Amino acid sequence: MPNMSPKKVSMKEQDPEERVKNFQEVALGYTLDEAIAEADRCLNCRHMPCVYGCPVNVPIPDFISELKKGNIKEAYDIITSENGLPAICGRVCPQESQCEQVCVRGRKGDPVGIGRLERFVADYCMDDKTVEEPASNDIKIAVVGGGPAGLTCAADLAKKGYVVTIFEALHELGGVLMYGIPEFRLPKTLVQKEIDTIIKLGVHVEKNVIVGKSITVDELFDEGYKAVFIGSGAGLPRFMGLKGENLNGVYSANEFLTRVNLMKAYDFPNHPTPVRIGKRVAVIGGGNVAMDAARTAKRLGAEEVMIVYRRSKEELPARLEEVHHAEEEGIEFKLLNNPTEIIGEDGEVKAMQCIRMELGEPDASGRRRPVPIENSSFTMDVDTVIIAIGQTPNPLLRDTTEPLETNQRGCIIVHQETMETTMPNVYAGGDAVTGAATVILAMGAGKKAAKAIDEKLRNETKK
Amino acid sequence: MYKIIDKTKLNEQVEQMVIQAPYVARRCEPGQFIILRVDEKGERIPLTIADYNRESDQVTIIYQVVGYTTKLLSQMNIGESISDFVGPLGQPAKLKKHKRVLGIGGGVGAAPLYPQLKKLKEMGTDVDVIIGGRSESHIILEEAFQTICKNMYFATNDGSKGKKGFVTDVLLELIENGEMYDEVIAIGPLIMMKAVVGITKPLNIPTSVSLNPIMIDGTGMCGGCRVTIGGEVKFACVDGPDFDGFLVDFDECMRRQTYYKDHENHICKIGLNT
Repeated sequence: MPNMSPKKVSMKEQDPEERVKNFQEVALGYTLDEAIAEADRCLNCRHMPCVYGCPVNVPIPDFISELKKGNIKEAYDIITSENGLPAICGRVCPQESQCEQVCVRGRKGDPVGIGRLERFVADYCMDDKTVEEPASNDIKIAVVGGGPAGLTCAADLAKKGYVVTIFEALHELGGVLMYGIPEFRLPKTLVQKEIDTIIKLGVHVEKNVIVGKSITVDELFDEGYKAVFIGSGAGLPRFMGLKGENLNGVYSANEFLTRVNLMKAYDFPNHPTPVRIGKRVAVIGGGNVAMDAARTAKRLGAEEVMIVYRRSKEELPARLEEVHHAEEEGIEFKLLNNPTEIIGEDGEVKAMQCIRMELGEPDASGRRRPVPIENSSFTMDVDTVIIAIGQTPNPLLRDTTEPLETNQRGCIIVHQETMETTMPNVYAGGDAVTGAATVILAMGAGKKAAKAIDEKLRNETKK
Repeated sequence: MYKIIDKTKLNEQVEQMVIQAPYVARRCEPGQFIILRVDEKGERIPLTIADYNRESDQVTIIYQVVGYTTKLLSQMNIGESISDFVGPLGQPAKLKKHKRVLGIGGGVGAAPLYPQLKKLKEMGTDVDVIIGGRSESHIILEEAFQTICKNMYFATNDGSKGKKGFVTDVLLELIENGEMYDEVIAIGPLIMMKAVVGITKPLNIPTSVSLNPIMIDGTGMCGGCRVTIGGEVKFACVDGPDFDGFLVDFDECMRRQTYYKDHENHICKIGLNT
């Protein structure tokens, strides 16, 4: 008999007052009993809408059925048949707009907490995994970028026997999982463990190699790679072009978060990379990155942290859960405000001038367009400004790879079915193709490309 | 890991290291730089490439032992390895064949100047150089420059070698003596490059400078290295590090350079026993 409670089994969280003083994870996960109670809410629908709501089609009812019986290892194997990074996805996927959005239980009450269950299963099996290295077919594939798209593509190809090498520009694999998403939302030791599982499939890694600079795509083919997958992400921060944007005390969210997450500046001086945080911090933008930056600033000791966003609360692009967590932690939301100038004194940020906005007609994105209200300028005293208004793909690779066509936004153009670019045997996926999006969409693209690469290379060897 | 093949002390503050780094050695050009991390916890610091050998896959870096990371690097020895070494980063210097070019290197800035002048010489340009330092012992790479330069001039603060004063004093003298140059390449402390441009700009002698701002990744990701060039914001890591000196907002560069001064002082006091 299913558990007919309309509510999800609640998950323990660190108390907001406590957690703003540390970088430990906010959500604490289910116990075995809690997980089984939540699993019992699943009706095991025959038409499985959740599976089609998942960008990588995890067989959700199947893993939940095993979980109900207490067969956690079996549940884990079912998840990882389609998703190599379940502990990560269980935490950072926007389930509310994917699997859980279409869950039948969601029609009356909460959907099944699929993300929480995925997280539970992955965490439970984290230190008890056996990975077998598949037999090699001696065909070399190069993967550019060790983020979610590249890792997934590499894992799927390695499982099929390909000899995969990931070329990573930074000194750590993981991409945005390592440099972007904060520790309190996604612990880095856990990211490392999930990456290690993929590496154990026999995937080779060359860190500190920037394809486009250290080696070109053409040279990769010269070295015997038969296909190249580009998952180089969207790492280029956007700035607003405001007066005062180069003052001391203005960070891109990328720089701020990279210092703290990848370089562990929160542990200065044990880790020698510094970060400076003031007393009053304004974060410009309303997405997940803005929430991450604001909550990080609070944890670093800022007294007041404000999100400055030009539209209203309804249009905030961040996940509801993130907005909720930010509010709990005392982040102030200065909505319908747009910065017009950053004001300095002796070269340091002193204040920010803003103008009030109101919502007009819907724009191309379908959201109501913010319009400045005349004569409504005001200044707010701040000493740190973090700009989190988005990222675009890095041009380093396309600049040295002429046949690779990109659109006006600098995103690589691919064939939607195969993820193949305008350059034969070169595939791409993730933020490099879509612009900044989600971890799971990048993983979906990596999977799709792996399948297409396999099919193409099989056909080529047949000929 | 990247093995230290050779290490030489050039003076009490400046050291030279040869690192086994195939990817960098095979593709780097004068003007480009690398980013290194000494150990697992280390910070990433940019250093300009001083020389390279494509056959042996080796890259030479020259650094002044000033901050936490350069001190840590200085404690490493031949045969040991450093954790990370990535590049080549930035744009190669846009070197054009001229009749005559003057290089100006201040302190450790003489190191990245050397490969640029060497390349110009190979292209058939006559090169002169002014090397500056606090005293004679701070003058580096004299022998190396000797092999490629027609005329060499020196300036030291205490007058122990060459002119007593700054490289700009020598530059003014050369100009007063009617020496003509098609281009000046100045690499050194920001204040020196600013002073050089202060002289060359009114005379309209094209001047290239090399900027070395604070950065993390070196690939355009953090935006920490933004500089204003002719009123436009550029990222030194991907658009530079070499820029037209006439267009650089040096005051902004100098201000941004000091952003972590307190942290640097703090960690140097507690971090290392040197």
